[in-house]
Amino acid sequence: MHGRGLNIILGVYVALIFTFVFAPIFFSLVFSFNSQRFPTIPLGEFSTEWYAKILSDPDIWQAVRNSVIVSTTTAILATTLGFCTAYTDFRYNFRFKGPYLALILLPPTIPLIIMALAMLAWLSRLGLSGQLWSIIMAHSVLTAPFAMAIIRLRLHQMDPDLEAAAWNLGGTEWQAMRHVIVPFCMPAIISSLCLTAAVSFDEFAVAWFVSGLNKTVPIVILEIVQGNIDPQVNAIGTFVFLTSISLVVAAQVIFISRQIKSHS
Amino acid sequence: MTEPLVTFRNVEKRFGDFVAVRNMVLDIHEGEFLAIMGSSGCGKTTTLRMLAGLEAPTAGEIRMAGRLMNDVKPHERDTPLVWQSLALFPFLTARENVEFGLKMRGVGAAERKRRALDWLDRMQIADFAERNVATLSGGQKQRVALARSLVMEPKMLLLDEPLSALDANLVIRMQGVLTKLQKELGITFVYVTHSQSEAFAMADRVVIMSQGDIAQVGSPKDIYRTPANRFVAEFVGRNNILSGKVLGGDAKGMQIATPQGTFTAQTPQTPLAPGQSVSFAVSADLLTLSETAPDTVNKAQATLISEEFIGSLVTLFLEGADGMEFKVQMQERALMDLDLSPGTTLWLGWDAANASILSEG
Repeated sequence: MHGRGLNIILGVYVALIFTFVFAPIFFSLVFSFNSQRFPTIPLGEFSTEWYAKILSDPDIWQAVRNSVIVSTTTAILATTLGFCTAYTDFRYNFRFKGPYLALILLPPTIPLIIMALAMLAWLSRLGLSGQLWSIIMAHSVLTAPFAMAIIRLRLHQMDPDLEAAAWNLGGTEWQAMRHVIVPFCMPAIISSLCLTAAVSFDEFAVAWFVSGLNKTVPIVILEIVQGNIDPQVNAIGTFVFLTSISLVVAAQVIFISRQIKSHS
Repeated sequence: MTEPLVTFRNVEKRFGDFVAVRNMVLDIHEGEFLAIMGSSGCGKTTTLRMLAGLEAPTAGEIRMAGRLMNDVKPHERDTPLVWQSLALFPFLTARENVEFGLKMRGVGAAERKRRALDWLDRMQIADFAERNVATLSGGQKQRVALARSLVMEPKMLLLDEPLSALDANLVIRMQGVLTKLQKELGITFVYVTHSQSEAFAMADRVVIMSQGDIAQVGSPKDIYRTPANRFVAEFVGRNNILSGKVLGGDAKGMQIATPQGTFTAQTPQTPLAPGQSVSFAVSADLLTLSETAPDTVNKAQATLISEEFIGSLVTLFLEGADGMEFKVQMQERALMDLDLSPGTTLWLGWDAANASILSEG
């Protein structure tokens, strides 16, 4: 009896969380197809007017292009950095390894706004602010810890003899890396690419500070909202949400399914 | 005798303050099946890893076919290892696993495939060639691991407790597979194990290690019948170890006075002076048991305490003078005509040739 009561409470709790998280997204989706200008009920007719409007807006196209460039490059850079760090942790023991790992994992613990200001100050001093590269650098720093965490988890599941077995069979250290470590980590690497791309694609605060005139999608959204209430926002929001959720779900599916396979 | 394949000369391996292998001197000959045996932490795996180049000796020299190997990288050696964990690559099929070493050595794809399938066939697992190794059974994985090493056509194969994960029946079968392979291929096997039955069943020579030192090297029979020292006598089990003082002796035997009586033991190669403290071992299966005094050179009386029955063999535990515990191992059917209730006093007997003096240790 006790267990069932608890189960009901927990079930309601989870349902509430999902409602809070997904209700705004759901309504944004619904209103993006609504012909009325203001988000009110009853709804007007079904319409793709707002989608047509954003598709014909060159500013939005430019922002999407920027976002795709930034998130793709960030994903590759952050995953490379994360892989190298995770491998260093796996393979070597050295003095100050604890502080080294703490330093790598630091960025997500810093409030975004502080991180963004610091990035702006730093990059403008170097004369690198206001370019796409600035956003890419800032986002790589921000997302590399996630990449490292995912890949590190995978490396910890690896039989430490595997790498030595590759050497023992005549592989150099580089061959062992290419033919054993990287293939073993591949599910985690793909997951990490998806996840870091998603974080970068969505990220607003840091991008807003360092982007200058090179706006990414989240910044354009803010500008539209600041100007007036325009249902275009719902259409863009739906697009951004679908992109991110696809990446995140893909990351989860790839990582988890591989894990099940290698444990069977 | 021809030049040994591998020589260890005063090899030492330290990990910080811990000495894993101390002053090792050992020759490994071409074509022999050598087992290195000892309990965990005795240095046997470290010795094997030094052969594979995964650890570098702290001091001393390891040579293979005359070449100094101390700092040769693992991938530049021809010493494939069958790992205790097997260390098969989980993202590859059985065939791809076997091909791995050939691929690293730059052998072409068609040639690789032919040789891999050849070995999988030889190990009787050709049907599973395209299966992911994660889906294979323990015994099948074992065969893939062997094929992966042997496809390299090495002069020497290293094996690190490869049978420890298998169940008892499979262990016996794989022992047969391994000895047959070794005889057919004529290559050197260096086999590390903690299991006496594995070492004795397969090896031509056994090295017994204890805390980084070699305690004894010899054929399984030598080690079993004439343990060199107390450690080996205790390690190989079922030995009765008696201690006393030398009274005197000649080439035929040494007289030793112990609290259990005065006995005659085999004369060792290094002579012993009268009055010297000494121990000797008599294997439990070489003791005879009778109700009346036997006509052997050595005899002692003891009281039966308990018996341990394992199939056709029985081990009896008896208490002799001064509380000394004797172990006697014999065929169950040989006990039929003895009265064996606890508390019975019986006679133990053994020949001088079956009592071997142990060196200090």
